[in-house]
Amino acid sequence: MSGNRHSVAQNLRICAESVNGMPVAKSPAMGNLISLESLKAPVSAEEMKMKLDSGGCSTSGSCGSSEGKDQLSDEVWEKVKNHPCYSEEAHHYFARMHVAVAPACNIQCHYCNRKYDCSNESRPGVVSEKLTPEQAVKKVMAVASEVPQMSVLGIAGPGDSCYDWRKTKATFDLVAAQIPDIKLCLSTNGLALPEHVDEIKDMNIDHVTMTINMVDPQVGTLIYPWIFYKNKRWTGLDASKILHERQMLGLEMLAERKILVKVNSVMIPGVNDEHLVEVNKVVKQKGAFLHNIMPLISDAAHGTHYGLTGQRGPRAMELKALQDKLSEGTKLMRHCRQCRADAVGLLGEDRGQEFTMNHVPDDISYNPEKRDAYQEVVARERGEHVATKQAVEQQISGFGAIESVLVAVATKGGGRINQHFGHAKEFQVYEATPKGIQFIGHRKVEQYCEGGFGEDATLDGVIAALEGVDVVLCSKIGDCPKDSLKAAGIRATDAFAHDWIEAGIAAWLAAEFGHVSPAGSEIVAQASA
Amino acid sequence: MAYKIVASQCTVCGACEFECPNAAISIKNDMYVIDPKKCTECEGHFDSAQCAAVCPVPKTCIPA
Repeated sequence: MSGNRHSVAQNLRICAESVNGMPVAKSPAMGNLISLESLKAPVSAEEMKMKLDSGGCSTSGSCGSSEGKDQLSDEVWEKVKNHPCYSEEAHHYFARMHVAVAPACNIQCHYCNRKYDCSNESRPGVVSEKLTPEQAVKKVMAVASEVPQMSVLGIAGPGDSCYDWRKTKATFDLVAAQIPDIKLCLSTNGLALPEHVDEIKDMNIDHVTMTINMVDPQVGTLIYPWIFYKNKRWTGLDASKILHERQMLGLEMLAERKILVKVNSVMIPGVNDEHLVEVNKVVKQKGAFLHNIMPLISDAAHGTHYGLTGQRGPRAMELKALQDKLSEGTKLMRHCRQCRADAVGLLGEDRGQEFTMNHVPDDISYNPEKRDAYQEVVARERGEHVATKQAVEQQISGFGAIESVLVAVATKGGGRINQHFGHAKEFQVYEATPKGIQFIGHRKVEQYCEGGFGEDATLDGVIAALEGVDVVLCSKIGDCPKDSLKAAGIRATDAFAHDWIEAGIAAWLAAEFGHVSPAGSEIVAQASA
Repeated sequence: MAYKIVASQCTVCGACEFECPNAAISIKNDMYVIDPKKCTECEGHFDSAQCAAVCPVPKTCIPA
């Protein structure tokens, strides 16, 4: 039987974890590591707390260091520290969910075809579940009871949350009454935003995402065929002029009220890619907190204007080049995953299918135990993570020889190198320079290893997606994919499995550039000292 | 003198429902329908039929 399997499996490869049918030993556990993964399992809060007490910071003595506030004021840090979309650091720990309650929209974008899903705000091809506000609050309670990382509820299309305002408001009011500590946020194109800014403030929505693709209406004519405003459909330059004015007004009004604004811009090669430098300058000057450049997703199968006319999206390195050009402007968000409008979970994972309405009992109520216990755990883990990062920063400043090294990391979250190469659906990319180690983005890939076997064709796709990357760090990788990567000029190692991401990268650099011994252990030790 | 919705094209976004000045549009069996008795094609209210002006899918809100 197994001989048969191998003979037909010419282009299949056995993944490392099941070599010869034997499970490969896991790396030795690090001293006081609490696996965040283990906390996701449906354990009771009591068990969660026991795990906490038996390990982690209470015994490692590495806590109490200040959180990674960077240059943020206390007021702003309080707002973003648990929001995965607004804080790169938080996105390792916290999860968001979106509910599709506001399907009506007041503009048409060339990257969106409402007959399918909005390809910009949700991955196409999977139909969103449209919910009434009453259904949505039940779903939120079910998720918040089961997903300990849940911290944010967003209304992010399809449709426009400010245009379809009654449903947006009804949903947020119902949720806030049940789960007061959940953060509320919404995304909008801005056209109907100004008339709702005061209500947004009153409802404690302190995060608003605006999609701003241009600050020059001439450019807008290439992106927006029409808008619906004041009981009229507007087209051409008029449409883009109105949209631009309303967007700028809305942005200024939010900034005045100290509501954090993330600006999303879709990067459309040949249409607005150069122009986004100007957009960045303008939104920064008007008080945007974050600017997120999103690559256009374009495919004829999506039925969008861009898809059907062959407009291409940018390549990963083109996106990075633009982001690098903008990094002097407003803080750039580089960890966006362009998630579905009904996504549930950590960025980069989607547990939405576990919580479709048919899985939500009618008489659901909210149980805060798991979220409370998790938040306690994370507060301690984060302290150690931040200390490690700081120690690594010092370490790396000594490596003058490095100009820029791109490192792709396979991670399941929690800020650690903890995923098998073949199980990764995305890699987080870090750039190491003499200034330090910075998260710069992610690369989506098709999972290489399914049921113990890897496909060559899939591996080729993974290698293409890793363009420009120097080394891959993961918790485990087999020899075959490792050799294929090497042939493509990309190295890969599982030597730093379960380390903090930054510590692993620094240890690899140290080994590579010969300054420190390769174990990586002294970096961690230094952090806990 | 009334509009209708082409059910096979409708995305059920509901934009037409709240733009209609006559409350002529409602949801029946998960699909929006226009009550021809209430529809005035927006005459006397607006220059153009609101459902057609806001509908994201071409040729979906059309004269009956």
